[in-house]
Amino acid sequence: MISKKDVENIAKLSRLDLTEKEAEGMQKDLSEVLDYFNLLKEVKDKIKLVSVEGKEVLRNDEAKAQSRETIEKLIQAAPNTKGEHVKVKTIL
Amino acid sequence: MDLKNLTITKIHEGLLKGDFTSVELTKAYIKNIEEKDKDLAAFITITKDLALSQAAEADKMIASGKKVSMLTGVPGAIKDNMLIDGVKCTSASKILANYVAPYDATVIQKLKDQGAVFLGKTNLDEFAMGASTENSAFGPTHNPYDLSRVPGGSSGGSAAAVAANECCYALGSDTGGSIRQPASFCGVVGFKPTYGAVSRYGLMAFASSLDQIGPLAKNVEDARIVFEAISGADPKDATSGQYILKDENVSLKNLKVGIPKEYFIKGMDLEVEKVVKEAIEKVRKQGAIIQEISLPHTEYALACYYIIAPSEASANLARYDGIKYGLSKTENELLGVYLKTRGLGFGLEVKRRIMLGTYSLSSGYYDAYYLKAQEVRELIKQDFKEAFSKVDLILTPVSPTTAFKIGEKAADPLSMYLADIFTVAVNLAGLPAVSIPCGEIDKLPVGLQVIGKHFEDGKVLKAASLIEKLVVE
Repeated sequence: MISKKDVENIAKLSRLDLTEKEAEGMQKDLSEVLDYFNLLKEVKDKIKLVSVEGKEVLRNDEAKAQSRETIEKLIQAAPNTKGEHVKVKTIL
Repeated sequence: MDLKNLTITKIHEGLLKGDFTSVELTKAYIKNIEEKDKDLAAFITITKDLALSQAAEADKMIASGKKVSMLTGVPGAIKDNMLIDGVKCTSASKILANYVAPYDATVIQKLKDQGAVFLGKTNLDEFAMGASTENSAFGPTHNPYDLSRVPGGSSGGSAAAVAANECCYALGSDTGGSIRQPASFCGVVGFKPTYGAVSRYGLMAFASSLDQIGPLAKNVEDARIVFEAISGADPKDATSGQYILKDENVSLKNLKVGIPKEYFIKGMDLEVEKVVKEAIEKVRKQGAIIQEISLPHTEYALACYYIIAPSEASANLARYDGIKYGLSKTENELLGVYLKTRGLGFGLEVKRRIMLGTYSLSSGYYDAYYLKAQEVRELIKQDFKEAFSKVDLILTPVSPTTAFKIGEKAADPLSMYLADIFTVAVNLAGLPAVSIPCGEIDKLPVGLQVIGKHFEDGKVLKAASLIEKLVVE
């Protein structure tokens, strides 16, 4: 069983506010599922993980111009904007 | 209009012959939705105006005598986690309750190019996380075969809509069985293509290494038509590949079919096992060579999946932060905005999975969970590779049970996860697989799963269409 403190810590790392009731339920549910994951400990085969086989999959890091219309729609979707910018709370 | 017996092929013929127009047909579907959806709740949004204007456009194209596609003027429905420009897209989440899509998903663009008609957006488990459609923030969808039961999930709205003739076909997405299991529960065909065969651009990401878009339809032929329309490489999805339907020349005679012994397990419904085995027997009688095979790591697939999928989800769903779009709660600090917005906006199962993923990826547990799961995933892939060196196709059940009651598993996440036991391994290995109806138990449908090799989607569909003729009277 994971502790209540663990649940609070994971919730914070996950950027989730939980109600008292949700936190209690989560302690039980997560413990049960994590116990089930222990099944994987039975697998003893050693295996080497390789990344995508030999193929170049990265593209150039370049910005592609979008239509004015799309840009406006994307900015409009933000809850808080100033001109053409998305506004956020002070970070520092 | 006899919507029940209409397929894409029949609609196409009817439109060309002038038996009916796309506008008439679309109105008939909308009427049916308005009558039935009060009970089913298969749709989140009905796009009546869009559908009628697309239908009018299709009628014009047909009248002009220009060459049209099989899907021109055919009314379909789209799972509400794929973007249609200008239409609300919620992923059945409160966090996106008022979000309007700013562009088209690639699959939507492709269907529009074919002259498709979109009737609306279908219900799902929030962010496609679930096996019953009960995790929708807007309430569950009901199974058309029995309204007290679930339609399966997460593409439950799409499956129910096709089964109830609320549309001719629908798109779903499948991360761990989310097309095949609801297709099985609702008695329709559901196809999960090879990973990479269909672009995921414009599909709200859940677990990017597993997600795949595919069709739900009344028969295999229709599923194939939709698949052909939406597949292909897309520069906007680096994991998509160019794909040509091949391996058409399939006959059941001498076809080597593997039956994995690990898919007939203790605890599965004996009646389901019987119906599936009867279907396999019919395939044998056509001259197929049926052999027992072993996929030895099958019992670890579910644990493996429920580590990898939530891990990817925990990263993918970080974008719902109250800053860029969707619900936003005002707080004094940035962290407060995140915590409150996400705390209020996400449902319980989504929170559970984000937390499982965060836990599995956290330093100290990464090796024991995430890395271990990646190793097991590789072993599962090797199991299939080994099996496909001996057989052409694999047949299994889709789900250990028929549709269960609404509320039956809702309070117990682990028992809900077990509903995915026969479908997740296919996603982990990236293989194509289709669910086709193969019988009924107490008037509830049972599905048969046909699994093939990578990019042998054509072979899977061809074999499935032959088997379909044997099992459906």
